[in-house]
Amino acid sequence: MIRRLPHVDRVGIEERAATLGKRSIKTSAKEQGIRLAVSMVDLTTLEGSDTPGKVRHLCAKAVCPAPTMPEIPSVAAVCVYPSLVGVAREALDGTGVRAASVSTAFPSGQASLDVKLRDTEDAVAAGAEEIDMVISREAFLAGDDARVMEEIVRVKDVCGDAHLKVILETAELGSYDHVRHASMLAMEAGADFIKTSTGKAASGATPGVTLVMLEAIRDYVERTGRVVGMKAAGGVSTSKAALHRLVLVKETLGDEWLTAERFRIGASSLLNDLLMQYQKTQTGRYARPEDFSKE
Amino acid sequence: MTSRLPVRKTYKLFVGGSFVRSESGRYDRIEGEPSAVNIPRGSRKDVRDAVAAARKASGGWAARTAYNRGQILYRFAEALESRRADIGAPADEVGEAIDVLVHYAGWTDKFQPVLGGINPVAAPFLSFSVPEPTGVVGVVAPDEPALLGLVAELAPALAVGNTVVAVLSNGRPLPGLDLGEVLGIADVPGGVVNLLSGRRAELVPALAGHHALNAIVDASADAELGAEIDKLAAESVTRVRHAAPTRSYTDATADPLSRLEALTELKTAWHPVGA
Amino acid sequence: MATQEQRTSITWDYAPAPESPEHVRLRDSYGLFIDGSFVDPGDGTRVASVNPATEEPVAEVAFAGPGDVRRAVQAARAAQAGWAALSGLDRGKYLFRVARLIQERARELAVVESMDGGKPIRESRDVDVPLAAAHFFHYAGWADKVSYAMGGRTVEPLGVAAQIVPWNFPLLMAAWKLAPALAAGNTAVLKPAETTPLTALLLAEILQEADLPPGVVSIIPGDGATGSALVREPDIDKVAFTGSTGVGKDIQAALAGRGIPLTLELGGKSANVVFEDAAIDQAVEGIVNGIFFNQGHVCCAGSRLLIQESVAETVVSKLWSRMERLRVGDPLDTNTDVGAINSREQLHRIEALVASGEEEGAVRRTVSCSLPDRGFWFAPTLFTDVAPAHRIAAEEIFGPVVSVLTFRTQAEAIEKANSTPYGLAAGIWTDKGSKAFEVAAALQAGVVWQNTYNHFDPSAAFGGYKESGFGREGGMSGLRPYLRVTR
Repeated sequence: MIRRLPHVDRVGIEERAATLGKRSIKTSAKEQGIRLAVSMVDLTTLEGSDTPGKVRHLCAKAVCPAPTMPEIPSVAAVCVYPSLVGVAREALDGTGVRAASVSTAFPSGQASLDVKLRDTEDAVAAGAEEIDMVISREAFLAGDDARVMEEIVRVKDVCGDAHLKVILETAELGSYDHVRHASMLAMEAGADFIKTSTGKAASGATPGVTLVMLEAIRDYVERTGRVVGMKAAGGVSTSKAALHRLVLVKETLGDEWLTAERFRIGASSLLNDLLMQYQKTQTGRYARPEDFSKE
Repeated sequence: MTSRLPVRKTYKLFVGGSFVRSESGRYDRIEGEPSAVNIPRGSRKDVRDAVAAARKASGGWAARTAYNRGQILYRFAEALESRRADIGAPADEVGEAIDVLVHYAGWTDKFQPVLGGINPVAAPFLSFSVPEPTGVVGVVAPDEPALLGLVAELAPALAVGNTVVAVLSNGRPLPGLDLGEVLGIADVPGGVVNLLSGRRAELVPALAGHHALNAIVDASADAELGAEIDKLAAESVTRVRHAAPTRSYTDATADPLSRLEALTELKTAWHPVGA
Repeated sequence: MATQEQRTSITWDYAPAPESPEHVRLRDSYGLFIDGSFVDPGDGTRVASVNPATEEPVAEVAFAGPGDVRRAVQAARAAQAGWAALSGLDRGKYLFRVARLIQERARELAVVESMDGGKPIRESRDVDVPLAAAHFFHYAGWADKVSYAMGGRTVEPLGVAAQIVPWNFPLLMAAWKLAPALAAGNTAVLKPAETTPLTALLLAEILQEADLPPGVVSIIPGDGATGSALVREPDIDKVAFTGSTGVGKDIQAALAGRGIPLTLELGGKSANVVFEDAAIDQAVEGIVNGIFFNQGHVCCAGSRLLIQESVAETVVSKLWSRMERLRVGDPLDTNTDVGAINSREQLHRIEALVASGEEEGAVRRTVSCSLPDRGFWFAPTLFTDVAPAHRIAAEEIFGPVVSVLTFRTQAEAIEKANSTPYGLAAGIWTDKGSKAFEVAAALQAGVVWQNTYNHFDPSAAFGGYKESGFGREGGMSGLRPYLRVTR
């Protein structure tokens, strides 16, 4: 069966996303926006060279990003590989910051379904409260929507109480039509969140991609009544970019969606830029990057 | 008053937006003011690097809006105007070169409706033809006038969206090399114009025979060289245009369409009309 | 230790983001710009130009009386032969200077445009001013290439052009008029609109900075009487008018028997047609852009929304949600989407037509936004259950009001879209290319936007069919109305 793609006009969607990037966020709105963005960050490390020590440092930063500015909240979650999520869970216990793990042969997803399910089960058993899985782009690009959805359903099944984010890897899908289509597939298969990217591909949560996915969520929620969240990951490395994404959320879905329960930003270096920009709002001075620890 | 000891200029090739020495390390010594100077003697490998740079820059340059290209060419004119004193060419010639740039800056968003258009085909289709840049254009600059003759070939090539590799005059390369410095301040993206000094007999065959070159404009007025260019170009069906050296602004702007059209490819598209 | 941020949502309001007018250099009072200088009006008056968002005066200007108009035309005549005798290259160089100066003074021009006319700063900054610079740049490049626009025929300029521009895009319309006229070798007398003279006067300063020879352009603000005097001047060779269809007809009649070439760019009631196979979310954006851009004060506004019945409910629902998010308010706030209505008179016209819509039985919905106490404001409004015969479907409202009609088939859409004495623009929303081109061919409109709306470019011709006017602005076609073929 040949799939029917939804229509998204690229020129139109990019114009709209760009126009919303012109919103001027100043003074109190900027301070509030930055604190909000911090509360939505999934602080992430996904390197081959990650170790328990590194993850513990990251967790400390996640809980208390800026000791000199106590009004800065904790982030939403720490996101690591399955082998380290146990370490994260232990370090984060009782803090309110969630332990999230990638799984399903992240980032490529090029493994058997059994292996991907086992990967997920291990992460959940080790303490993951949130699972970020990848869709099978191999199946999607071959037009096999049924298999894409089947995998999501099966992974959701082994998640237990853990909430499931489904990574579409938008840079690999081809066009905005495909991004919208994949968003719908993931939501219909039971995703709790849909997420743009692994952070390992050429591009991530561009304004256009983010807007397409938010519109897909808007229409799905209106049709079914089931709320699905969105995570913008990859390429959101400055406060300006983060605030732009918040504007997209606000003006597409409304203020009710400005919460870590419904919107996350996957990031690593973004956090420090948020802290630096926040400091500027308080002191009026441009800060030094070195003023804030990397972990 | 004690006279100041001046800092002497080192002349370099202009490739990929940077000023570089010839990879061969060779040089030639030529007449200059106040004394003779050393200029880089470009090599086949410099030609290779220049074509690579031009190719790399060609996608981005062609993707800019026509308006943007026009603004950049006009800024090139502004930059040349402000650097009139530094260019080693007679003042009149520099003035005409500036005016040639102004003229072609105005063509960037106008040659399309003149050279292209709607084709009223006898079937229910919308058919239109669009002139597109051919890609990377080689230029063999004349000896005289050294600046104007070069600019008269650069301007139309750039106006339609091509990138350029130019081989400068053997005997009078200095105005061309000075032009590289002007490009440096003119917002022209790196790689869009590449300028090579050296010996024509070494550089031109390397350029004309380079299969990644889309077109070559020969303003050398050297019949033998011209024939060699024709033969080498045939290997990869490179487009060739032989032109007499441009002597004046009037010359350069008498028949702009021929200069522009020679460096474009016409794409014709068809689309059905009917729901 | 960091605070435990609640996971519940917050209300995130944008703080005021006012564009500061502090860097703007406006005089307290402007004379008329005649023959290269600002001069006192001879038989004219002085009037305050008012900010429609606050009802406060912005600056004082002079309105030209008939004697002043005569002087301006004389200056234009005296300068014309010399201007035409310059090389095309030199005329082009003057126009390139003007373009670059507009770019340099862009921010100031944008702020003044918003203060004088009421449009949001985001629009004047991102659309009006950049396009004005682009028009001068584009036509600068035509000045020495005129024969290529005329199929190789030998041509000459017409002479003195009388040009009248409206209040909805004051600086941009001045650029649309002056740039091609000057490039072609004409001189001009420009009359800006009554309520929006200021950016034209700043343009006059720019012309001085560019060293444009005196008399080549005169800029004489005034009201309807000034315009009327201008077109009746004996020594003009061309008239170009952008404004209402009513006044356009008056001008066409006033020129009867005089053999003076005329271009008219008049009103519209343009149809924005949404097919069921459109990219719906982008179509909604296009509808919003089509009718709420510049508060709907746009001759080519998509004021009649024709939706295929199968998607009508969805489109209207999405459109309404989108309308409710429009930010209406201070034009100088960079976050404002919809600014002030240009004048009290225009506001009354809009209100009267909207009232007629309700009387005639259409269903009105107006967004619930708070409007400032002072100034002229109208909240974005949607009418459904509109019949083609209703006044709100037939007459130009020139405000932020969209009337929705439905259709079942393509043929019906075309027929409805064409059932109007106007013919300026149209929008077609479908992802089927062959349909987009077939419908475009069938619509009696001078500008057809496919899957977009309200896009303008100096190289793309713009103008209307039928009572939306004749003649084109932009591209080669914008040059030709200012030339005559000599052989």
